[in-house]
Amino acid sequence: MALKIVKGSIDRMFDKNLQDLVRGIRNHKEDEAKYISTCIDEIKQELKQDNIAVKANAVCKLTYLQMLGYDVSWAAFNIVEVMSSSKFTYKRIGYLAASQCFHESTDVIMLTTNQIRKDLSSPNQYDTGVALTGLSCFVTPDLARDLANDIMTLMSHTKPYIRKKAVLIMYKVFLKYPESLRPAFPRLKEKLEDPDPGVQSAAVNVICELARRNPKNYLSLAPLFFKLMTSSTNNWVLIKIIKLFGALTPLEPRLGKKLIEPLTNLIHSTSAMSLLYECVNTVIAVLISLSSGMPNHSASIQLCVQKLRILIEDSDQNLKYLGLLAMSKILKTHPKSVQSHKDLILQCLDDKDESIRLRALDLLYGMVSKKNLMEIVKKLMLHVDKAEGTTYRDELLTKIIDICSQSNYQYITNFEWYISILVELTRLEGTRHGHLIASQMLDVAIRVKAIRVFAVAQMATLLDNAHLMTGNVQRKGICEVLYAAAWICGEFSEHLENPMQTLEAMLRPKVATLPGHIQAVYVQNAAKLFATLLKNQEGNTDRTAAQETSQLMIDRLPLFVQSANLEVQERASCILQLVKYIQKLQQKDVEVAEEVIALFAGELNPVAPKAQKKVPVPEGLDLDAWINEPPSESESEDEQPKAIFAKEEPKHSRARHTEVDEKELAKRREARKQEQANNPFYIKASPSSQKVYQEAPGVEHIPVVQIDLSVPLKVPGLPMSDQYVKLEEERRQKERVEKKKKEKKKRKEKRGGRGKKHDSGPESEEDITPAHMVDIVTEEMPENALPSDDDDKDPNDPHKALDIDLDNLVEMAGRRPLADSEKLPVRSHRAAEALKSPAEDGDAESPASQEPKKKSSKEKREKKKDKDGDRKKSKDDKKKKKKHKREEKGEDLFGGQADEPVVQSEEISEVAAPPASNAAEVSDLDFWLSNAPVPSNAQEAATLAAEAAPVPEKASGTAPDSEPDEPEETDKKSSKHKKKKQKREKEEKEKKKKKKHHHHHHHSDGGGEESVQNGTVEEEEPLPPMSNYCLLAENSYIKMEIDIQGNLQDGSQVVVSVIFENKCDNFLKTMEFNVLDSLNSKLQRPEGSGPHDGLSVPFQLPPGVSNEARFVFTMQSIVMPQKLKGTLTFIIKNEDSSTHEKLDFKLHFTCSSYLITTPCYSDAFAKLLESGDLKCSSVRLEGVNMPFHHLLARICFHHHFSVVERIDSCASMYSRSIQGHHVCLLVKTSGQTVSIDAKCDEPTLLGNVLDEIKQTFSQC
Amino acid sequence: MIKAILIFNNHGKPRLIRFYQYFAEDLQQQIIRETFHLVSKRDDNVCNFLEGGSLIGGSDYKLIYRHYATLYFVFCVDSSESELGILDLIQVSLYSVYTHICGVFVETLDKCFENVCELDLIFHMDKVHYILQEVVMGGMVLETNMNEIVAQVEVQTRMEKSEGGLSAAPARAVSAVKNMNLPEIPRTINIGDLNIKVPSLSPF
Repeated sequence: MALKIVKGSIDRMFDKNLQDLVRGIRNHKEDEAKYISTCIDEIKQELKQDNIAVKANAVCKLTYLQMLGYDVSWAAFNIVEVMSSSKFTYKRIGYLAASQCFHESTDVIMLTTNQIRKDLSSPNQYDTGVALTGLSCFVTPDLARDLANDIMTLMSHTKPYIRKKAVLIMYKVFLKYPESLRPAFPRLKEKLEDPDPGVQSAAVNVICELARRNPKNYLSLAPLFFKLMTSSTNNWVLIKIIKLFGALTPLEPRLGKKLIEPLTNLIHSTSAMSLLYECVNTVIAVLISLSSGMPNHSASIQLCVQKLRILIEDSDQNLKYLGLLAMSKILKTHPKSVQSHKDLILQCLDDKDESIRLRALDLLYGMVSKKNLMEIVKKLMLHVDKAEGTTYRDELLTKIIDICSQSNYQYITNFEWYISILVELTRLEGTRHGHLIASQMLDVAIRVKAIRVFAVAQMATLLDNAHLMTGNVQRKGICEVLYAAAWICGEFSEHLENPMQTLEAMLRPKVATLPGHIQAVYVQNAAKLFATLLKNQEGNTDRTAAQETSQLMIDRLPLFVQSANLEVQERASCILQLVKYIQKLQQKDVEVAEEVIALFAGELNPVAPKAQKKVPVPEGLDLDAWINEPPSESESEDEQPKAIFAKEEPKHSRARHTEVDEKELAKRREARKQEQANNPFYIKASPSSQKVYQEAPGVEHIPVVQIDLSVPLKVPGLPMSDQYVKLEEERRQKERVEKKKKEKKKRKEKRGGRGKKHDSGPESEEDITPAHMVDIVTEEMPENALPSDDDDKDPNDPHKALDIDLDNLVEMAGRRPLADSEKLPVRSHRAAEALKSPAEDGDAESPASQEPKKKSSKEKREKKKDKDGDRKKSKDDKKKKKKHKREEKGEDLFGGQADEPVVQSEEISEVAAPPASNAAEVSDLDFWLSNAPVPSNAQEAATLAAEAAPVPEKASGTAPDSEPDEPEETDKKSSKHKKKKQKREKEEKEKKKKKKHHHHHHHSDGGGEESVQNGTVEEEEPLPPMSNYCLLAENSYIKMEIDIQGNLQDGSQVVVSVIFENKCDNFLKTMEFNVLDSLNSKLQRPEGSGPHDGLSVPFQLPPGVSNEARFVFTMQSIVMPQKLKGTLTFIIKNEDSSTHEKLDFKLHFTCSSYLITTPCYSDAFAKLLESGDLKCSSVRLEGVNMPFHHLLARICFHHHFSVVERIDSCASMYSRSIQGHHVCLLVKTSGQTVSIDAKCDEPTLLGNVLDEIKQTFSQC
Repeated sequence: MIKAILIFNNHGKPRLIRFYQYFAEDLQQQIIRETFHLVSKRDDNVCNFLEGGSLIGGSDYKLIYRHYATLYFVFCVDSSESELGILDLIQVSLYSVYTHICGVFVETLDKCFENVCELDLIFHMDKVHYILQEVVMGGMVLETNMNEIVAQVEVQTRMEKSEGGLSAAPARAVSAVKNMNLPEIPRTINIGDLNIKVPSLSPF
């Protein structure tokens, strides 16, 4: 046995590792495949061994081979084995291999669930990390379902490294298991405000991805993102958020209005091109969404266009490209502002970079107007001549046609010009787009009746010169044009000047070299021409002419009868027989012209692309029913469809009595289809249908005579389009003169009258009248066409499943979980962890205690209804009303606070439907959006007091709102009562209006509590009015400011954020932060470092720059404040020298810093007070000279409390320590005295907190 | 979302492929070939965006690439990614997306391999993958702070070393023997200190 092991390890020495494999492959360039196949054999041997190291090595090599394109799925099981190794080295190799080659149909994946779960919960964060990374690549719906819960737990992991990975992978989990979105969303949202920037940006990333696909569900997050946008300095995060706003604005124009200002500021201030570009993009999206309104629009557009111009003029091709790309977005809504940069864009057409040229072409498409179309097309035609390389030239050609034909030829004033452009384009060599030109010719000739005379003349010339097109092999594509020419000449032959000549041209022997489908058209249209000719000639006295024509047909047609193409052959022989018959009649002197003409009578109109699809199914017609009894099953095997129809059998009896009709209808339909299919003149409006004839067989068999033409082709007798440009100019001139004359006349007539002012200034778009009476025939649609209901969305889009309404959830994130309407495997878990409301800690929430809030949202809805009654009321009023109501309610309540709600709530039995809360949420967003535009910057933060005000108001407003209210409830039952009450409220509201300071702080109820939570003031304000950062230490080189926050996820941790600011002119580097640990509190140091090692600050500071670093401290006990001594050492780097410096500081952990703002509901709060395990304490503050709400704001802000409810000069507040102590305050004020009664389950902590509060107010 | 990250050399030989959506191996190779074909015929002084490889993605997807000496770094991304952001992610902070000193991916490679060259990528494909995993995860950008990435990569490398690595000492000795009769491996193709033409951006 021992020998075997020894032998094994010796063998191992000669195993190839990855490097050997690569080297081997490089040394066997000639017989690489053979070498690799021997290697694979070796690997197979290695995989059979028991030694996990050997296996891992083999798997590592397989990963390399996979990259080279070898299928390694046969080793999937071995990969799983390596994944489950306990050694990180091997595990990592296994996961890498799995992420490269596992996919949904890999069957061993189901074996991995438990292994992955084990790795996810591994104490080693890198095991977890590797598992998360691997899982992100091969997660399946099953894995997602089974592991969603575990991953969600990891979102609150202590290590940011794990948190950010867990957050990111949630997106993949949502995609595979959409049911997890709702339960996980609150926590995901929470991560938007994670202290770690990496986690935060991961959360932003995920929500942006989600919102991009289903933006409407994320509209309610707009305030939060807005806050992030105004506060974040990470450009990458900013870009993501700004992109997200771009997706949201189309849904909510008011959001756009709010965004414009901060975005414009960013555009002005940022130096980052990437950010600038995204800002411009989103401003464009905003401007598109705001179709009108906002007077200062033009300024924003001008700014965008101007910045984009700078991008386009940049020498960096990337910026140029993106500039053009963004420009094309502006173009759609504000073409005029782009049109002024026509020069720049035309200049880009000459760029050496093809991508840029194509972008510029795209732009031109939208820049044309009636005025400049001719000019632009003229320029493009020049480019067509110059262009080298057929692809770009073809692109130009299609663009010219696109530009001209857009929105039903809207910009074409002179169709003669357009036809001549098309004719000029036929001279292009080697283009693939002959059929495109052809279909344009057909389309114009059919739709624009007035142009037919001209078109026919042009086409006749083309036919006459057909040899120029057919001659060269390279020009094969272009001969498609002849198809159009022949058809137009035939169909509108009455306009031909010299039909005989055209007929002669169409029957030339050379025609036989054309592709079959074109010949077929020639033959058919020759017959039409023949009919017209006969009619003309029969009018004459001389019959010989007519007979000569017939003779010509009889002479020439046999050539086509011999055609290899069936279609040509058939038509030719039909027509030949017909002509022979006519000739016979002619010889008997019978007039036949009328009858022959009748063959081709009738107008052909264009048909809308979807017309066929939209023909309604006649009543009683079952398209799926059998027309005849299906043949018996035994007949043959290949009658698969039977199964489908078998289900229809019950219907069959009913369908039977309509069978006759059905049969007939079907027959007719069939016949009609047949007819249409065989009729080349049945024009399908869609250009794509033109492709069909291109593929007709037999083209290759036709012998082609090659003529080499070195001279560029000029078809004699064709007018140049350029002439039209001149002509058009003259025409317009004339028109203008005439118009003026007319106006003068009119004015003369109306002398003294108050006639309208006629603008005789520069001609405007409308003044340009088309040269012809253009009758653009609209497309035909069947009668009673069904309305268009085509869903273009891909039914397989995975994101469709994620279209989940999250609004009520969002609300719940701030407050409490949803009711039990959703049953998800993970849900209970989330409810237990996501929220730390005291009610949950105390006792499990009873359904009864859940009710009040639902009711409250219902109330809200009701209120909304009321509001609808008097729409005129401004939003301000609305809010007032609400607020007042709350206060009124509060009065009822406060007295009985201690022995409060539980009883009442029983009464309320109906549960509000989810939409109710949804409506509430939406209206919250309304409030946010209806706010005055956000103050742009620092100036606004001027008075602390003014801005501090919102906190208590909002908070106090929120809490009672979510409160059961007995009197209100009974009121509801009798609507009379209610109305009365409302009246009263309105009156009071009017009174209140005068109190100014209430005016401008309206907050979303859901968001309101969060902003309290964060210790900042409100989401809307870009700058928090109060800063928690206080000075830690300072010397002439550096300044340190700190903020201490408890860590919600871990009861023993406190996060200290330190802002380092470089005050000197030199570079500061190698900063090391060190603290002398006490018994109670310790600085968390990375694994492997000693208890006295300093932590290096992960950045360097250039002069004048500040940056923030975070340090985590572990606390044993939190009941007492702590002071820790520490030192910061750093190196000051001059140009020539560097000096060591240090700065001592004292870290002061107050008890308040262990408190975490936690929302609490008054019912839960009451229960807590009732419970009796809380110790009492109180404190009096004298000489506090500030408004009550400022006072509350300060407590909320500095000591992390939230207001539960507030009634006049009395408020109850709540907070919670990181170790779960409840702290309740009742704050009362009278005059300058403030008394605070407090309860807490930890008296020492309470005493210290109260001391700190006292200190806060003694300082002011 | 990033749909795929491809690194191949001037001859289209793949050096690293990372698809964030499943494609069978032959299709993967076809995509590499097509992408190489598209990218290689472009001059160095044209823009770094390409629309429409037909195999990967569709109209919503863009190829964003950078060409360094012998290697092409190609990212296939959809419209939710900022074009300039991805360029910066590959290398060189031209458009200052990331607040840190410079671009992310190539710089990190450079740091981890000490002047990275194509040979590093050839022989240590697994390590390149591990570095990439710290930058992009499941098609989404995970971390943009280079210091953080380097730190995490280094900790993991240390962990691997403390476990004895994949090929412990004896194997390495043998590897040295196996190396002896091989032709000199060129270590000259250096992309680390390449001068990328940085157009001067007008400061505004």
